[in-house]
Amino acid sequence: MKYVIMFTTTPDLEAEVSPQHAEQVYGRTYEWFGTHREVMTESGAQLQPVDTATTVSYGGGGPVVADGPFSEAKEAIGGFQVIDVPDLDAAIAVVKTWPLLELPGVSVEIRPIVVY
Amino acid sequence: MDESDAAAAESGRADAAASDQLLAEVIREESARIVGALTRWLGSLDLAEESVAAAIEEAVREWRTRGVPTNPGGWLTRAARNNAIDRLRREKRYHEKLALLPEPEEAAPHTGADEPDERLPLLFGCCHPAISPDAQLALTLRAICGLTTAQIARATLTADSTVAQRIVRAKRKIGTAGIPLRIPERSERAARLDIVLTVVSVMYSEAHLVAGGDAAADRDLADDALWLTRVVAHELPREAEAQGLLALLLFHRAREGARAVDGELVLLADQDRARWDRRLIAEAQTVLEEAAMLRRPGRWQLHAAIAACHSDTRDGGDTDWLQVLTLYNMLLAHDRSPVVRLNRAVALAEVNGPRAALEEVDALGHALTGYHLWHAVRARMLRHLGRRDEALAEDVFALELTANDAERRLLQARVDR
Repeated sequence: MKYVIMFTTTPDLEAEVSPQHAEQVYGRTYEWFGTHREVMTESGAQLQPVDTATTVSYGGGGPVVADGPFSEAKEAIGGFQVIDVPDLDAAIAVVKTWPLLELPGVSVEIRPIVVY
Repeated sequence: MDESDAAAAESGRADAAASDQLLAEVIREESARIVGALTRWLGSLDLAEESVAAAIEEAVREWRTRGVPTNPGGWLTRAARNNAIDRLRREKRYHEKLALLPEPEEAAPHTGADEPDERLPLLFGCCHPAISPDAQLALTLRAICGLTTAQIARATLTADSTVAQRIVRAKRKIGTAGIPLRIPERSERAARLDIVLTVVSVMYSEAHLVAGGDAAADRDLADDALWLTRVVAHELPREAEAQGLLALLLFHRAREGARAVDGELVLLADQDRARWDRRLIAEAQTVLEEAAMLRRPGRWQLHAAIAACHSDTRDGGDTDWLQVLTLYNMLLAHDRSPVVRLNRAVALAEVNGPRAALEEVDALGHALTGYHLWHAVRARMLRHLGRRDEALAEDVFALELTANDAERRLLQARVDR
């Protein structure tokens, strides 16, 4: 089954982590992608910070363009990756080892992909 | 219905109350096995469960008046399979699937002993951490114990529509999100088993929480919980915590006859020990001893060990409170939940006096202020310290927060005193 895993951070909380600690943890994410190479598909991307986001929304007279992310949430999506694993337990096992999970405010959302 | 079924129906006729109990026993023995087998056949838990639930509704209606057939498992399997095929035919998008279905294996009556039990993989799926606790309980009651939605609603004091919605959502999630129906690997087993055991223990407590306490529900969740714990403990004999929970529920079940007398609640200290079920206590002790031999301590075994201390008493006055407190101190290493700390405070009061205990109780105020027993325990400490007015106020709070009729009467008596 294919799942999208969405990496989210809470920028406010991330600011509290020391640069050395953050650098050390981020360094291990490359290793993580290598370790789980088998389940990684071609699809995935790391995103520029949320202050680069532009949102286009419904407006009565046509789409409206605005600066900023679509939601006011404190969390922001930092990237996503499509993985191909047998079931949700396998997806959870992969995600549990995501190095950033030792930083406050970090979570990873797992969503199955619609199969037509 | 064939002739043997008719004959069984004749002999199976009983008064309504016994019949409800019999139906519960027969149905929960069959339900999960059929859901498991049908899920494998159809490739969809959602459809399988729906079809079995409908078959159970039919069975309850029919068997209540005509009695239970000789092979209830075969009856339910046939009915569930027919329901599933009807559903597939009704929905166009399933037509292709229908053509691809393999021939169903003939429903052989299960022989027990050596065949693998399909119920546990299903149970672990129902109690997956990706499903909310309320839904875990509702789905377990339905898919594993075979309760109807209405029975779950009555037994857990929840609206029918809420229960139905939880079950539908949880089943679909199992299918769509790819939650596997299997017993987890060793490395995940302990954490996942703890969720299963928690669901079962909540099931047992729910039986005692129903508002209107003496309102007769047609399913006793305590029976279902004890039955389910036996299934888990039997299938996972090396899991000490499963044995621990079985021992705990047996100790509690043994006291049931003394705990509720003529619809009135009797506190542990005042219970008539002659009404305790010695056979169940002996079984609980054996199970707990065997669990201890596995040398894998845990919270359910410690809870059971505390229950064992109480079961050793000849009256309310000879409880070994130091032993109870020691066990609670050990329990804190596994479970620091506010309710455990509140219960520990009761033991602490007996060993170190009410002043030390009150301090501990007060520290739990922010977490337990909506819990009637926190107020009741606090009232007791205050009374022992001679602070009568404050104690009375706490008892009134406790009374206001209690939904169960029998508990209300007990608390009302304290307020009136």
